[in-house]
Formats: sequence, C-alpha cells, structure tokens
Amino acid sequence: MTGIVVSDVSKSFGDFVAVDDISLTVPDGSLTALLGPSGSGKSTLLRMIAGLEEPGAGQIVIGGADVTRTPARKREIGFVFQHYAAFKHMTVRDNVAFGLEIRRADRAKIRSRVDELLRLVHLEAYAKRYPSQLSGGQRQRMALARALAVEPRVLLLDEPFGALDATVRRDLRAWLRRLHDEVSVTTILVTHDQEEAMEVAGQIVVMNGGRIEQVGSPRELYEAPANDFVAGFVGPVTELAGSKLRPHDVDIRIDPVDGAMEAQVRRVTHLGFEVRVELEAGDGRRLWAQLTREEAEQLELMDGQIVYVRASRRMPVALA
Amino acid sequence: MLLPLAAVVSKAFGGGADAFWHAVSDRQALAALRLTLILSLVVTAVNAVMGTLIAWVLVRDEFRGKSFVNSLIDLPFALPTIVAGLTLLALYGPRGPAPFNIAYTRIGVATALLFVTLPFVVRAVQPVLLTLDRESEEAAESLGASPWVTFRRVILPSLMPAILSGGALAFARALGEFGSIVLIAGNLPFRTELASVFIYGSIQSDDTQAAAAVSVVLLLLALVVRGLIAALDRWGRRHEG
Repeated sequence: MTGIVVSDVSKSFGDFVAVDDISLTVPDGSLTALLGPSGSGKSTLLRMIAGLEEPGAGQIVIGGADVTRTPARKREIGFVFQHYAAFKHMTVRDNVAFGLEIRRADRAKIRSRVDELLRLVHLEAYAKRYPSQLSGGQRQRMALARALAVEPRVLLLDEPFGALDATVRRDLRAWLRRLHDEVSVTTILVTHDQEEAMEVAGQIVVMNGGRIEQVGSPRELYEAPANDFVAGFVGPVTELAGSKLRPHDVDIRIDPVDGAMEAQVRRVTHLGFEVRVELEAGDGRRLWAQLTREEAEQLELMDGQIVYVRASRRMPVALA
Repeated sequence: MLLPLAAVVSKAFGGGADAFWHAVSDRQALAALRLTLILSLVVTAVNAVMGTLIAWVLVRDEFRGKSFVNSLIDLPFALPTIVAGLTLLALYGPRGPAPFNIAYTRIGVATALLFVTLPFVVRAVQPVLLTLDRESEEAAESLGASPWVTFRRVILPSLMPAILSGGALAFARALGEFGSIVLIAGNLPFRTELASVFIYGSIQSDDTQAAAAVSVVLLLLALVVRGLIAALDRWGRRHEG
C-alpha cells in the first residue's frame, strides 16, 4: 500500500502562506491531479510530499509510514520537473541509470533495466545522445524514465508538460495515461491546465489560495462544482437570468417557448466543430452559447437576430 | 602587441639557438624556472579548491557581511602587487607580529602567489554557480543521492570547466608574478628565486641574453596556457543547448 495521506499541512514563505492547513488522501495506485492557478500552492504541496520542501506544520504519510521529517532521498519517490532537470553532462543512458548507479546495483542489472525503460519511453535510439541533442518532449520522457528507474513508490510530476508545444503536450498526456495503466504506481500530477487534469487524472484536487476547493472525479467537478471558483476553473461558465450554466447548456430557439428569455445575437464565431454565439439577453446582460456545427446550421443564426434562450440544464448547486 | 614580443624573441635567439639553449640550461636559470613551475602548479591547485569553496559560500550561504567579503575577494586585483608584497613582509617577516617568519622562504613566496591569484577561480566559478540548475540537484536528491554524491556527480562536473579555466588564469598569473614576491622572496638563487626575479637580476647584471631566453620560455608557457583556456572554454560549452 503506497497511498499518501496529508494531514493539516501548512507552509509559509515569509509572510506568504503557500499552503494553508491542507488535508488530502491520495489512494494507492491512483493518478491524482493537483489543479489550480499559479500561486495556489499546488507545487509547494507536491514538493512537500517529495521532501524537497519541509512543511511548517502537519504530517505526511506515504505507504503507512510517517515521512514528514524524512529527507527526499530516503522517500523512494520519483520526481519529474517542468524544465526536465536533466544531467546535462551525462548521456541519456547515464541519466536514466543514475539512481541505480548510486545504489551500486549490479552492472548487468542496471543495463537491462535501463534498456527496458528506454524502450518504455521510446528512446532506445537515443541512449548515447546528450540531453542538449533531444527535443523537449524527448527530454521529458528521459526524465520520466530516470524517475521510474529506481522503482519509486510514488511518482510526482510538477507541471511536466508545461514547457512543451501544444501538440507534444497532447501526445505525452495520452502516453502518460497509458503508462500509468501499465506501471500503475501512485502518481500525483501538478497542472494549471484543466483539460490536462481532466484527461489524465482519475481524481482531481482543485486548489486556490493555498487551500483545497474541491476533490472529485473530472465529471463530478464539471457537473457538480462546489463553488464558483471550481465551476469557472474546470470549464467555461455563462450566466442566464441570474443562474450559472455551461455555455453548451444554453438552449437557443427561433420561436418563443415557455421559460425562455428574449435575446439578440451579437456575434457568431465558427471554431471548427464548435460554434460560439454571443448574445445580449432581454435584461441587458451578455451571455454566450456553445453549439455544435449541426445545431448552428439548423438555426441559421445571423448577427442582430432576435432569438429565445433558456437553460437546458443548470448546475445543481446554487452558486454564489 | 607583437612588436615587443618579437623583440624579446629576436634578442633570445640573437646569438643563435646554441646561445639560447646555453642560457636556458644554465643551472641557476633552470632552478628558477623549475621553482616557478612547481610553485605555480601548487598554488593553482590550492586556489582551485579554496576558490571553489569560497565561491560556494558566497553564492549558496547567507551570512552577515557577505557583500563585504565578496568585495574583499577582488582586493588582490586592485592592490598594487608591490604593496601586497610589502604587506606580507610586514606581517610575516622577521619583525612582523605573526608568530612565525616566512620571509625569504618558499612558503613565503607561495603565500604571496596564493594571495595575488586568489580571485581568478572564485570569479570564474561564482557566475557558473549562480546559473546552475538547482532542479537537477533536487532531481539527484529525489533519486537517492546524498549531498556529497550530488556534489560530486552533478554539481562538480558542471563547475569543472570554470574551475579549470580560472585555475589556468591563476597559473598564468603566477608564472610571471613579480611585484608581490620580489620582497618576500629575498632572491636567494636556487632557493627562492623565481623566473621573473631571475630575469630582473640578469638585466641588473647586464646579462640580457639570459633574461631574454628565460622570458621566451615564460612566453611559450603563457601561449600554451592560452590555448588550454580556449580549449577548456569549448569543452565547457559542449553540452549547452
């Protein structure tokens, strides 16, 4: 069992409270995302779990053992940094072998283990290269192989795709998901990208201002956000007649229907499969709707046109 | 630049290669050159270690008076070397307050050389330490490396080019140092006489052939060191990108 239990942990840097009395349970074998804007304390929390930062208060338990005062090197963790933290003077092979070599593992064993990991991250052909000869995505895969080489009990990823191009990010995300299915080591991923968190993680912890706003599955957070902040952070929100809803839950009709409000189309934007419609409701407030291309084609909306809008589905809680 | 160098070289070989060789292989000249080389190497090695340590403390540690200590490092550069020599003589000389007397000894000469060459390694290593990727140290730590292993396997390889090129500069400086050692050395042939002092002495006794010949040897050594520094610089940047 290598679940992680964080109890009443706080951390301040001078006057700034980075992490404010947080408690959290990360189930064994799960892939959990810490999601939040910059300065929300998510990285600090991850670094405290790793032992790279010492908590000001509270307790951290990994696999049943209290590691609050254990140095990082004895926590048996794998840590992946946003900017790769590659050992620049070592080849890819030596980078991956580092953790095993300092444990003085058997040479033949190191060789076969490193080969296996290089295959896992698709870098077999790059073993003799130096990090400077790799692309960002390759460097990050190398960093992942290096972290996994020592068979860590938990894998901690700090914005691992943050420095990569959008396409590479998307590929690596899907790849990380598959990797986790194969290796199934307890993993925590820190990200400020809600799409990344939703796509990869089974459990998402939304953080803000050093505190946890909500913990739940991607679907729970999207459909039943605990508050305004979570609602806005995990997806777009618009407002109709004083209540909040997702823009794809705005129902647009050409003819008046019960419970619908009159509105004027201000602008129609085509974004591939999605069409965005900006509207001004009868009460003078702006809102926007998200339609599929088919829906938009059927409605044949034009700028300035008068339509009728209502919520096909509201968020279940009354948000402030 | 080249004109004075050419003059020295032509002076050294003015009497032919034989005369040059004769002058260089003179026992006193050889002893001076050997002592210069050995002391320069020892001083460079000591300063490579001490300089790295000082740079480390100045970059990584916080303590009161740090900026004062930092500004102190450049003192040997700012101080006229003859003043440095005089200071050392006043402190460690026969009438100095120090409990030992190292004037006119090789230890004394080495101390003077250590003093004037201290800034080179410190100033070469400091900027590299400042820009070092702290996350790669944390990565090593997370992989199970102790602070010592992290230093030896991750930090030191990154500092090595700077330590070596700072060391090479210190070595080049020590080879030709005159001002700071001329007083404390006492100029005892075969014991404390360095090449630069030998050259000075030769000129004084009107032996310009010997002076020029030893100068040319120093010149050659300087050129070798110069080439070494350039090579180190390329080597140090080989993994950048």
